[in-house]
Amino acid sequence: MLSSRGEKEHLPLAAMSRRSFLKSTGLAVAGATAVDSGLTSIAGAVGPVATTTHAAIAGRGPVGISLTVNGVERHVSIAPAATLVDVLRDQLGLTGTKLGCDRGSCSACTVWLDGVPVASCMLLAIDVGARKITTIEGLARGEVLHPVQAAFVVHDAVQCGFCTPGLVMSCTALIDRNPNPTPEDVVNAVSGHLCRCGTLPHAVAATLDAAKAAKG
Amino acid sequence: MTVISVDTRRQTYPVGIESVAIGAIEREVPVGEAPALAPNQLLAVIGKPVLRADGRSKVTGAARFTVDVTLPGMLHARLLRSPHPHAQVLAIDVSAAERHPDVRAAHLLTTVVGRAVESAPKGSASGAVPQRRVLYVGDPVAAIAATTPQGARAALDLIKVEYRPLPFVVDIDDARAPDAPLVFDGPVHGENYAGGPAGGPEPPQRGNVRGPNHTGSRGDVTQGFAQADFVVEGEFRTQVQTHCCLETHAVVADWRPEMLTVYLSTQYAAGVRNELASAYGLPRSRVRVIVDAMGGGFGSKSSAGNYVRAAVALSRIAHAPVRLVLERDEEQLDSGNRPATVQRLRVGATRDGRLTAISVDAYGTAGVALGAGVGNIAEALYECPNFAIAQHDVFVNAGPGSAMRAPGNVPGAFALEQVIDELSEKLGMDPLVLRERIDSNPVRREERRIGAQRIGWSERHAPGADAGSVKRGLGMAQSYWGANVQLNSACEVRILRDGSVEVLSSVQDIGTGISTVLTQVVAEELGLRPVDITLRIGDTEFPSGPPSYGSMTTASITPPARNAAHRALTQLFEVAAPAVGVAAGQLIARGGRIESSAGLRGISFREAAARLPADQISAIATRSEDYGGFARKMGDMASARNHLGGVQFARVAVDTETGIVRVERIVAVHDCGRPINALQAESQIHGGILQGISYALFEQRIIDRAAGHVLNANLEQYKILRSREMPAIEVVVLENYQGMSSTDAYGVAEPAIIPTAPAVANAVYNAVGARMRELPMTPANVLSALDRIGRRS
Repeated sequence: MLSSRGEKEHLPLAAMSRRSFLKSTGLAVAGATAVDSGLTSIAGAVGPVATTTHAAIAGRGPVGISLTVNGVERHVSIAPAATLVDVLRDQLGLTGTKLGCDRGSCSACTVWLDGVPVASCMLLAIDVGARKITTIEGLARGEVLHPVQAAFVVHDAVQCGFCTPGLVMSCTALIDRNPNPTPEDVVNAVSGHLCRCGTLPHAVAATLDAAKAAKG
Repeated sequence: MTVISVDTRRQTYPVGIESVAIGAIEREVPVGEAPALAPNQLLAVIGKPVLRADGRSKVTGAARFTVDVTLPGMLHARLLRSPHPHAQVLAIDVSAAERHPDVRAAHLLTTVVGRAVESAPKGSASGAVPQRRVLYVGDPVAAIAATTPQGARAALDLIKVEYRPLPFVVDIDDARAPDAPLVFDGPVHGENYAGGPAGGPEPPQRGNVRGPNHTGSRGDVTQGFAQADFVVEGEFRTQVQTHCCLETHAVVADWRPEMLTVYLSTQYAAGVRNELASAYGLPRSRVRVIVDAMGGGFGSKSSAGNYVRAAVALSRIAHAPVRLVLERDEEQLDSGNRPATVQRLRVGATRDGRLTAISVDAYGTAGVALGAGVGNIAEALYECPNFAIAQHDVFVNAGPGSAMRAPGNVPGAFALEQVIDELSEKLGMDPLVLRERIDSNPVRREERRIGAQRIGWSERHAPGADAGSVKRGLGMAQSYWGANVQLNSACEVRILRDGSVEVLSSVQDIGTGISTVLTQVVAEELGLRPVDITLRIGDTEFPSGPPSYGSMTTASITPPARNAAHRALTQLFEVAAPAVGVAAGQLIARGGRIESSAGLRGISFREAAARLPADQISAIATRSEDYGGFARKMGDMASARNHLGGVQFARVAVDTETGIVRVERIVAVHDCGRPINALQAESQIHGGILQGISYALFEQRIIDRAAGHVLNANLEQYKILRSREMPAIEVVVLENYQGMSSTDAYGVAEPAIIPTAPAVANAVYNAVGARMRELPMTPANVLSALDRIGRRS
């Protein structure tokens, strides 16, 4: 059988899609790659998935779930195999979160689960459970930008802007848990992010500046 | 014959490098050009680090990219791609796919673009079933549009294609062998857009090798080498690099009887509009291309390509909008790439450091496309009377190459700048001293001076002089890039009766910051703030703007933007003059006011606008010629008499036990005429440097020679520089006034990547004494190079 993915789906191992793999093993937590590779302990603290969501679901038909997104509870009917990024973008209209690779290698899709950055392409929406989702749209308070967002603008840590939302989510989470980051802390916090335009030098400077500003 | 005379006047322009000396030059310019601009330090907003106009929308996620566009009733499309590196398509059956409940349209890609075309194709007789050969893994064959992404994907598996696999070749050396499998049946032609030579007669083709093309050669190199006291030569190899835009290629096509609307992640909205109009026989007035935010292009999104044509075809069949977004693996296989090259360079010089001859024999492969060249840097950078170049395209069964950031000159500089360094060593000269002798360009001279001082060049030691296993070194390299201009670039400026201002052009902002630059240029002219200017760009409803490639956007669109603002302001002055009580010719605009030039009387800009006889006044300007003309003109394209320079210095640490190269510091000194926004220029230069280091050390598309498949069509095994590999970077942007246009501004994106890899390679040589002749400089390649000179720790 032919597929758009060329040879790869001819291989027995690759015949199982990433999503079906996640589903079959219940490894969604492991799959929810902690983007911040500098802080594995926090990644581990994501905790077990609320298993009730798994138990109730069988088959391929749509499933009704509730997600708490940016402080608002949203009810959606989703395909069980839908990743969080797809649900956020396609069903909730939150297109600020970007899909860059769909396999956890670029971090463009970074959102927070209970304040911890995760790659939302590597997480099934049904496995989010009661954890609170924060997306780039949830950072600013009305018209007032989060200090990290404001610092990104001031330092011109933005070029094409496609990696920017994910980058901002990781940098903001860093400052939340470490108000006094060193340059190396920031470099480590964004080490999973791919920026093709070359904004990382300015992003690191912006984050350090925002941390300084937050301390007043 | 009608002779149109253009009224001209003489104006005096600042000229020179700000850090050296600024003088004045008189130019004859057409009437209607805005007055001469003072140097940046005397201006209100041009040259200032004005914050990015779309920064807020990009940090909040509000910016709308093509992948974010959703239209009512929109379908989702996918492409079926060849699993074979080379095969004859015998039959395609889409009937089962069409019966899938979600499927609304199927389309066969019977003709494809973006690759070399066989001049006399065999077996092209029309039959009931479209017959086509697929030439690489990932070559698109068919497209499906369905109501859901899942449905489209499932339907691909229902398409039955009968292939007859053919012999293939994917390696550039294998493909040059006389008995290699043939990629094309016979001679080919097509566009040369990946860095190959421009012009020249159609070269001969033997087997998979098309060439040589000698365009650019001059003098007599045989005589030149005979005059040389020293000759250095070497072979250099560079790899295939892929663009890896964060936003993959994406389109939403909406075919309607009255208008084809295409939302597209593109670098050239106006160009794609024209391309699609031609492809579908539509008037240009009935094709609209829209690009709002755009997630990176780097050369790969310059034209419509096969995927856009497929989406348009599906939309036409299904009578519904169709979204087609490439997945990451498709992006790596079939969205363009920087061609691989094998170059043999030979340079002759006299004992006192004068070049007598340069010869370049280059073979490159852009897969199934043309133009895998090494640019014009060896031809143009240094003063040398005798130059010979022979460029060849080698075809392999791999995805077509395309332009990628400074096509040609990036691999070309890697070879040239190392050979020049080797020559300096042979002459017993410091590399900077040799370059002083052979490059009298005053801009690069100043760039070398500044860079050498900031990197601490005087502390540079002899090659391999460090004790211990980790050795440090300093290296440098130079840039050369044409100052290109797209003359078919227009901009409209409107002043509305409430005092608001609109700037309209189809020019797109792909992240380089042209939107901010336009607000600065117009605000400066109108005496307003950049935030007072409303931008309406990235839409072919507006006057046609230039492409975002070739480092030509700023040079092409800022002069008409300023001239249009000036002409609109002249109309406003007429309206304001009676209210101010002085003649219109005595008025100036500054600080939000329209004032007498003496500054004694005035009214606010808003009050002046309120006196407009209609809701708006408007002026459109098109790019006029550079003052004093161009070096070359080819249709709408022109090359300025100046060029863009740039010099970069690198400090590296090489671990001779592991072979790991770490770039610790880069000093980059660049020029772009009059810089409009130094902060954004610095951002772009960061991009060039980081992509350049990534190219130098990490990136490499790898194809299995036995199977013909790309082994790393993803973003984790295709290794790209990330934060931990970033060096400290220091950027200096010169102000280089030349009095060439009403803004005197040029680009910088491409010059910023050209010198990076050779600067790193020269620094590695200085660290360990081994010449890096192959990219990327992986640990394995570094250890081999050390082994060759017996210096491995």
